[in-house]
Parts: sequence; structure tokens; C-alpha cells
Amino acid sequence: MKMTGAELVMNVLLEHGVDTVFGYPGGTALFLYDELYKYSDRIKHVLVAHEQGGAHAADGYARATGKTGVAFSTSGPGATNLVTGIATAYMDSIPTVFITANVGKHLIGRDAFQEVCITGVTFPITKHNYFVNNKEDLADALRNAFRIANEGRKGPVLVDITKDVTQAIVDYEPVKPYPLRKVETENCEAKAEKFAKYINSSSKPVIQVGGGVIASESYKEVIALAEKADIPVVTTLMGMGAVPSSDKRYFGMLGMHGSYAANKCIAEADLILTLGCRFSDRVALKPDQFGKKAKILQVDIDKSEINKNVSVTDCIIGDCKDVLDVLIPMVNEADHSQWLAQINKWNEEKPMKVKECYGKMNPQEIIEYICDNTDKETIYVTDVGQHQMWAAQYVKQTKPRNFLSSGGLGTMGFGYGAAIGAQMGNPDKRVIHFTGDGSFHMNLNEACTAVSNNLPIITVIFNNRVLGMVYQWQTAFYGQRYSNTTPERKTDFVKLIEAFGGHGFRVNTMEELKEAYEKALKINGPVWIDCNIAVEDKVLPMIPNGKTIDDMLFE
Amino acid sequence: MKKEVVSIYVDNKANVLTRVVSLYGRRGFNIDSLTVSATNDPDISRITIVFEGDNLTLNQIIAQTEKLEIVRSIKTLEGKNSFFRELLMVKIAADKEKRREIKEITDIYRAKIISLEKDMMVLELTGAPDKLDAFLNILDDYDIVDICRTGVTGIEK
Repeated sequence: MKMTGAELVMNVLLEHGVDTVFGYPGGTALFLYDELYKYSDRIKHVLVAHEQGGAHAADGYARATGKTGVAFSTSGPGATNLVTGIATAYMDSIPTVFITANVGKHLIGRDAFQEVCITGVTFPITKHNYFVNNKEDLADALRNAFRIANEGRKGPVLVDITKDVTQAIVDYEPVKPYPLRKVETENCEAKAEKFAKYINSSSKPVIQVGGGVIASESYKEVIALAEKADIPVVTTLMGMGAVPSSDKRYFGMLGMHGSYAANKCIAEADLILTLGCRFSDRVALKPDQFGKKAKILQVDIDKSEINKNVSVTDCIIGDCKDVLDVLIPMVNEADHSQWLAQINKWNEEKPMKVKECYGKMNPQEIIEYICDNTDKETIYVTDVGQHQMWAAQYVKQTKPRNFLSSGGLGTMGFGYGAAIGAQMGNPDKRVIHFTGDGSFHMNLNEACTAVSNNLPIITVIFNNRVLGMVYQWQTAFYGQRYSNTTPERKTDFVKLIEAFGGHGFRVNTMEELKEAYEKALKINGPVWIDCNIAVEDKVLPMIPNGKTIDDMLFE
Repeated sequence: MKKEVVSIYVDNKANVLTRVVSLYGRRGFNIDSLTVSATNDPDISRITIVFEGDNLTLNQIIAQTEKLEIVRSIKTLEGKNSFFRELLMVKIAADKEKRREIKEITDIYRAKIISLEKDMMVLELTGAPDKLDAFLNILDDYDIVDICRTGVTGIEK
């Protein structure tokens, strides 16, 4: 079949079941956008306000649906605007494909208008990227991009196509998506037997769940293992949602702002089974002290994560699901009620609770009220900062893929784009976007996208009029010298969202929040609820950088 | 700490070297030398890297390198069953008197004199890295103007 390169791009997207893409047109992308116009009955293109929002939307779409997120941009600034979004997806291993147009082949290397070497820029933040300046290479590059994004440890792939290739006439033959090469686990049975022996002889075991469990969709297996051997579970930020927060064996998030019980559990355990975690510095703040009393068993699909940050006793390289399928039958039923009682006692001694609230609205109460008054399918999306950690601490999540947060890169401004992506992928689900006034100012321009597409995303702004997380550190560790964290902004969020064509409420009390929230649920379009919280409210508990649970701060 | 030599087979495509070097740069892996060469298969190139490090570092370098899409295979070359070679060129300022002495050293090491001028000689030596080190050590007594070494390339027996 003869067609243009641009039309071939559409067909390869369809081969991979892509029906939604995000992006922004431009000069070099005109042929691609011309085809998006012709294929609009099969591929819905969501026009964003800024390519960064488009990248986060593709990422949020992938996180919420498990499918590959796709974003388009033009060359030069269009492509560089994607960069923060690509890096965000890379750090959190989110399967995404970014398709950028570049200037024509004859202009490459001449500093042409809107020319940038985006493959060079994105070497460190993609699993792989392709520069396609030869029409014969186009189909293979695109198909490989989808394969690589989803194979092994997932992540972003970028395909940069010169304008002449999008215009050129190429041969197209439909093919099935390239098969994903599986990470083969060597001696899985023997290794799992060793793991089972450790687990069966442990009296204080704990399962540490990371993003790898979400990526491999092995939540059922994790719960089955925890139930069978009566093992408590803690998660990292990326692992949230794998186990319902109501599960009696679940003790919340560990790490810098994790619960006392979760961190104590890791410190006192005699065995830690780590599933799809990379021991980041926000989890293992002092790597050589992490799980000091425990044997650490690690399962990860990425060999390079073994002994990278924390040295482990033993490991199995493979997909969490495959490994757990082999491991679970080998593990004995057990009763660890004493150990669980001990962890519960720690939880009672130092429960997750905002102890002191300085304003009329308590961040914990805001989150709990919203979680209690929305259905179980709700997807929560956060930005980055204090509100993100409060959300991680207090959101009552019940399902995997319903808590979306930028973990590794910590990208302020991630939330609104990601919420748009999540909502596009899940039109029937409620999407709640928790943000702070700092994060929101970064990318709130995507309100126009939410309005254009009638997306009923409810944005809850934790507005303390400062850049709260940095402010908190300046309070605790920098002698209260508030360098550039008190911006004196006069933004009227209600007027602003109204100007965009949406609805807004400003609330100062829980009563007002309830009233606004009930109204918000009925509005078909974006709603912002600006919650006035106190500048003094802190995210606690906290283990300072490089310290251990012994140094945990509670006030 | 011991020196490790790692041989990587990669796709012979544009930017392959950049991808490998960029990885080592951002992961903070310190490389002593890196060479790229052709193989008998025109689609595949060989990259040989030498670095100093412990086992943990070696494992990290290998595991991270393996993840690159362009890497076909990777192995560490053990000294006892591999050959390592490197090429050295050294430019020495030498007058009539010194010339004879240098010629003598050159002969012992089976090096070559590839250029001879009134006040300057250029020597060439191929061999295992420690042979080159020893050669340079001897030549240290003379007025060395410039040195270039290609870095190590290696092959298994």
C-alpha cells in the first residue's frame, strides 16, 4: 500500500490500538497533523495548551489505563517543551511514545528555524530514541518504539521524524505489534525455593511494594502472598494502590514522609521481600542502615537495580508476577499475629494524623472528606510538594492505577496534565486533582484543555500562599530564612478558572468545602476548589535526608 | 583495585558511541580508555572499555550497558584467556648523541622509529598495556614532547 510517511504513522498507531493521543501542532508537524485530521474518527487528538502538559497527559493516560501514552509535538521548542514530561515518565518507568517532527533532511545541522537535536537532548531520559531521516526506516522505528516502551522495565521512547519523511511516499504493510521479549528468569524455581525457605523461617517478615508491582499488574499475587503467609505490606509512593489502604496488613507508605509503623516495620523486620522497588533516597534515606536487621530479598525486572542503592541478600531478576506465581505455592501458610500486633501497636503509638493544624482547614480532613465522598473507582492525581505527601499519607485508595503522582522526578506541574490524561483514558471515572498553589501555578494553563474537552476534573488546591515544602525545610533547617518561598501572589483562582470557562469555589472552612464539593460533583467541566490552609501546617512525620527512623521528626 | 576490560558488541549505527559514553557520563562511571572497532560483521561494532573498580561497579556498568537498545552482547575479558593490545606513539626531542641510546631501547622493545629528523624522533609500539607502560617508563629519562595511546582493545582466545 502506498501512502505518505505521516499516514504510515497513523496506521502504526492503529496497529498498536492507540485511539487517543495528546499534542500540539507546528510547522514541521503539518503533514502529521494533516493525517490526524483525516484519521480523527479513529484517533482522538487532544490539543493541549503547552507540550509539557501534553507529555504529562500521555504519562497520566498510561499510568491510569496501563496502555501506552502517546504525545506529538513539532520540532525545536515543541520538542524541548516535552522534555520534563519525558524525564518524569522515565524516572517512574511509564510506557510512553513521543513522536516529534524535525526540520527537513536538507536543513538538518544548519541551525534551521525551530531545529533542535531532540534525540541528543533526550538520550539520558529515554529508554531509546530514533532519528528517522530515511523513509524506509520509519515503520520499523515506530513499531520498535512501542515494543521498547513496554518491554522489560517500561519507559519512554522518542521517535524524531524529519519533515520530508512525513511527506514522502512509502510502502505500508500492516503487521502485528512486535512481540515483547520477556525477561527470562534463570533458575526461577531454584531461586524461589531459596526465597521460600527464607520466608518460611522468618518471624518478622514484611513485603515492600514498589511501582514494579503496578507495572506488572501483580497486585492480586501480592495480596495472595500476604494473606497466605500473614505478612505485613508497606509501599513506596509508586507502589500505592497495589494493596487497598483498608487491608489489615497494610501499613502505608515508607520513607521520608512515610508512617512511623511502616518505617519501624522495615527497621525491625528480620526479612524484607522487596518487589519492584529501587530503594531511592526518599525510601532508603541511609542505604547502609536500611533494613539493618533483615535479610533483604529483591525481585526486579531490571538487573541494574540489584545492589545499586541497597545491598541485598539475594535476588531474582524477573517480572514480579511471574516470580510470585512460582513463589506463592512454595510459601507456607503462617501466623504472624504477634508481629502484626506489634506493628499495630507502633501505629497506635504514633498514628498517621495531622497533630496540629494552624488554620481553619486541616489538610488531612480535606483529603479524608473527599475520599469518603467519592466512589471507589476515583482516580487521584497529585502535583508535587506538601499536598502530594498529605495525599500519599491520607488518600484512602482502593484500586491500583488510581493514585498518580510524580515519584522519581518530583515534577511540580505534573498534576493537571496527568489528570487530563487520566480522564481521557477513563471517561466514566471521577478524577480528583490535588495540588498546591505553587505547583498549580506552573501548568494551570491546561485549564483551557479541560474546558475544551468538558473534563469534569475537580482540582483541590491546598493554598497556603507559600511554596510549602521548601518553606517547611527553611523553617526546620535554614533558620527560618524564607528565601523566595513567599511569593506574595494575588492570584484569584475562582476568577481565573471562570475566565477559562470553568467553575471555581473558594473555601475557608470544612462546611464551605462540603457545600462546594457537592456542587462540583454535579458540574460537567473542570472545577477548582481553592482551600485556604495555614502556612504553618507541616508534612509530618519526617525522616531528614540521610537519616534513619531514630531521627524521625514528629513535630 | 583491579583493572577490568569489558568488550561490548553494539549495532553499527549512528550515535552508538554517544549513547554508551552518555550513559557512563551520567552514571559517574570513570573509564580509563574506550575504543571502537569494526568486527567481521559489518552490522556490528566492538567497543572495548577499560576501567578500575570493584565488583559492584563492574556489575553496575555491565547491567546498565546491557539495557541500551543498541547493545547486542557484553562480556568481561579475563586476563588469562584474552589478548590485550594497545598502540603507542611517542615523540621525543633527540639530538645526535641521544639518538643512539633511544635506538637501543627501541630495539629491545621491538618498537619502530617511524620518523627521524635532526632534532626529533617519533616511535611506535604495539603491545599489551603494561609493556607500553614499561617502555614509557624507560623513555622518561629523555625529553618526551608528546604521547598518544589508542586505548586497549581485546579479544578472547
